[in-house]
Amino acid sequence: MKAIVCVKQVPDTSGKVAVKENGQLDRASMATITNPDDLAALEAALKLKDATGCEVDVVSMGPATAEGMLRECIARGADKGFLISGREFAGSDTFATSQIIAAGINYIGVEEDDVIFCGRQAIDGDTAQVGPQIAEKLNLPQVSYAAEIEKDGNALVIKRLLEDGFMKIKVQTPCLVTCVKELNEPRYMNVAGIFGCFEKPIEIIDFPKVENDPLIEADTIGLKGSPTNVFKSFTPPQKGAGQMLNGDDVAAQMAGILAKKHLI
Amino acid sequence: MADFTEYKNVWVYCEQRQGELQSTDFELVSEATKLAGEIGCKVVAVILGDQIEGLAKEVAGYGADEVIIADHPLLKNYTTDAYTKVLCDLSNEFKPEVLLIGATNIGRDLAPRVAARLHTGLTADATHLDIDTKGYVEFLRESSTIDVDNTTFDYEDRNLKMTRPAFGGHLMATIICPRFRPQMSTVRPGVMKKGEWTEEKANAAVITKVDVKLAAEDIKTEVLSIEKAANKLVDLIGADIIVSVGRGISKDVEKGIALAEELAEVLGGGVVGASRACTDAGWIGSDHQVGQTGKTVHPKIYVALGISGAIQHTAGMQDSELIIAVNKNESAPIFGVADYGIVGDLFKVVPQMIEEIKKAKAA
Amino acid sequence: MDFSLSKEQTMMQQMLKEFAENEVKPLAKKVDAEHYFPVETVEKMAKLGMMGIYFPKSVGGAGADVLSYIMAIEELSKVCATTGVILSGHTSLCAAPIFENGTPEQKAKYLPKLCSGEWLGAFGLTEPGAGTDAQGQQTVAVFDEEKNAWVLNGSKIFITNAGYADVFIIIAITGTVVDKRGRKSKEISAFIVERNFPGFSVGKPEEKMGICGSSTCELIMEDCIVPAENMLGKKGRGFQLAMATLDGGRIGIAAQALGIAEGAIEETVAYVKERKQFGRPIAAFQNTQFELAEMKARVDAAKYLVYRAAMKKQDAMNGVKVRYSVEAAEAKLIASRTASDVTRRCLQLFGGYGYTRDYPIERMMRDAKITEIYEGTSEVQMMVIGGDLLK
Repeated sequence: MKAIVCVKQVPDTSGKVAVKENGQLDRASMATITNPDDLAALEAALKLKDATGCEVDVVSMGPATAEGMLRECIARGADKGFLISGREFAGSDTFATSQIIAAGINYIGVEEDDVIFCGRQAIDGDTAQVGPQIAEKLNLPQVSYAAEIEKDGNALVIKRLLEDGFMKIKVQTPCLVTCVKELNEPRYMNVAGIFGCFEKPIEIIDFPKVENDPLIEADTIGLKGSPTNVFKSFTPPQKGAGQMLNGDDVAAQMAGILAKKHLI
Repeated sequence: MADFTEYKNVWVYCEQRQGELQSTDFELVSEATKLAGEIGCKVVAVILGDQIEGLAKEVAGYGADEVIIADHPLLKNYTTDAYTKVLCDLSNEFKPEVLLIGATNIGRDLAPRVAARLHTGLTADATHLDIDTKGYVEFLRESSTIDVDNTTFDYEDRNLKMTRPAFGGHLMATIICPRFRPQMSTVRPGVMKKGEWTEEKANAAVITKVDVKLAAEDIKTEVLSIEKAANKLVDLIGADIIVSVGRGISKDVEKGIALAEELAEVLGGGVVGASRACTDAGWIGSDHQVGQTGKTVHPKIYVALGISGAIQHTAGMQDSELIIAVNKNESAPIFGVADYGIVGDLFKVVPQMIEEIKKAKAA
Repeated sequence: MDFSLSKEQTMMQQMLKEFAENEVKPLAKKVDAEHYFPVETVEKMAKLGMMGIYFPKSVGGAGADVLSYIMAIEELSKVCATTGVILSGHTSLCAAPIFENGTPEQKAKYLPKLCSGEWLGAFGLTEPGAGTDAQGQQTVAVFDEEKNAWVLNGSKIFITNAGYADVFIIIAITGTVVDKRGRKSKEISAFIVERNFPGFSVGKPEEKMGICGSSTCELIMEDCIVPAENMLGKKGRGFQLAMATLDGGRIGIAAQALGIAEGAIEETVAYVKERKQFGRPIAAFQNTQFELAEMKARVDAAKYLVYRAAMKKQDAMNGVKVRYSVEAAEAKLIASRTASDVTRRCLQLFGGYGYTRDYPIERMMRDAKITEIYEGTSEVQMMVIGGDLLK
């Protein structure tokens, strides 16, 4: 048994976000972090490792600089890293991305009782699509929005969040689970992990390593293989500033305005 | 260019849970009538479930020309496998031009799986949809910084233009799916306006029951139980009055939330919202969160207390009818979207507001 | 000298900052106000391998380096000086002397448990009548042939971590030595004493001005039985062992002082941008800018001394025959004075609010003072530096 965790390096959208004049995101000038939901996925995998001693592999698709993030995952307790990287993969939408990551996971190899963990969604795109689409491409059952995971023999029993409650779902392994941040508290990197992570293997999975996978075709990966295109991207205009209330009686002024507008 | 002539109609996947349709379904059917009107096609609502024929008129009354009912005991509870199979089979048989799915926790599980199997594109969490380019240009004029009068557009274009916020709401992107059909999008709940339900429309719709080919082996997961949350979840989306709190309550979190509750109450009974800072800090449950990663709201009155107004937050509330902001920092960006701004300590200002509103109501 | 951090050290710093901000800072006020020893923080630190940062994995350590350990004390002390000194007392004053002087059996018995945090460590040198003057020791150890054990009698005071520690390094008199000229002096040796050894007890915690959560107590030994194999280092080498231990400890305290000063500046920078007087943030006033600028420069100067001392100790760890007494003394002298000076000036920038317990700055000022006192007062540091300079 092993756990494969899909992680993504994302710009920190909670901090300062830089937008170029052409309306595109200025990624270079922004701090990057490991996507928060993906850290929950990693923690879920590490808990499985604590309980069963299984291997934890982390896999990411991204530029060479994403290696640092994989090292951090290893410093938290993962065993191996895989970086899917190549210019053939650039410009992929969620469909093409999941196609490529699924091929990468096939390269790592999915065995009988493996579990693939993904974050529910990444904060840069907020689509929540790549996890389920990887599951589809690997022909595996999926459970998304996992907020509790228990192992039950060869199956997992998962509490899956709904807006108004939850479902308990039992799923046989191998399977794919997408995790929400409520699932757990991600552990920190530990000292021994930090001082060992640069000796651990990180394998680059480039195009030649996956090109024979049936999932990989010129019209299924990269910009050309992406069914969706960005038609326009733009920044929303700032709403015109309103009226500032001043003086000692601001509260009374406010109440007066609401009364005049018949809102109270 | 691929030949799409056999793809017709705008489909809305209508989600039911334990036999109850979701409010998003009605919003989406209403929106679909607008889109269908732009290209002169039909609106088809699709409902999957077990013994759900009775739901057909409920959606039809919002303007669906046809309702497809896929009824099967194995569709009783939502499972990814069963619902994906049935929806894909229907799509392959009837070939919709557009397929819209509400971006609920279930819709966002189903839609990507369906899109991957159908080999088509999927836009997540759209907040605006256009087919007609003229309408789209007008939308851009209102909602973007693009100089539309000096930009060339193809007015013959019949692609569905699906607009969604990205990067925490800092950017908007319009996505198209020119080479594949159906054009799929999940649509953010609470954003599209629900139309009027009429008996006439409900009666006019054609209701089609389809054969469902499904076996127990098709389903690899087992639903053990479905439970409603013990504490009532906050209905931010339907609220007329929302008083939200932000990092500004850090000095005394409990009191800050209590003040927000009291203010919401005197304003006529509202609910308390929160910025991501508050929910991340664990001061209040994440079901209270308003914003890009939380809920999009448009109440009649929105009060922001101690919220700086990061775009992450304003993306979810700037369409409120009246926005009042209270913040210590006069240069807080929240004042840029507020109709009325008060610079001051919320712990001082809010009790005064509560008093004054009580007085005004009594007068 | 190269002060650029390695990849590992950079990562370590990132982890430490996250840990301090999320786990330590939220407790700091309670630790101070309720004199609360943050047991849960120590447990979390233990899980992350922070209780044996620079010791090799062969003895249960995390296999990192001295600078990483020093940065840990620094980052913790930025938000809570009590947490910083718990780590320093445990590592530098207990695990380190065992690692440096212990027999293979002693190392095997004590280091894995100390490094894993299962056991907390402390060090007992100071006595009611013997502080700076270590020769004034009164605690006596007499060997009992029958029991094959040392019997200790006496008491130690102001012992950091005492209330929660499981293992103590205790300095005691084991006899008298006479030099060539016939002058008598006390023969001093060191022992590893476990909390549950018969005759060993811990007194009440002291009421202190600062670092209120750190457990500072008296140790009482009444016919305390310590097995013969628990003598640490050679008989009669206890004074040298204690002084060498304090050399290491002083780098830890210097890092604590450095952290307090840096933490105070961080708090102050945030405050002066927010606080308005005469219609503008007080950060706009030149006095504020000059005060902060000078403080920042002094703190950076102290930081270089502290990091230099840590790197010298690393050389010693790596087997290079070097001593770092002077570097450690300089680091502690300057860093502790800087901490006191900076916290006092930061509080002044806070004005009235700084004097209240609503803000952490008064706590930082109280916490800073101890760094000029324990593990050798500033005067002792100057004796070390001056003695070396004029030898």
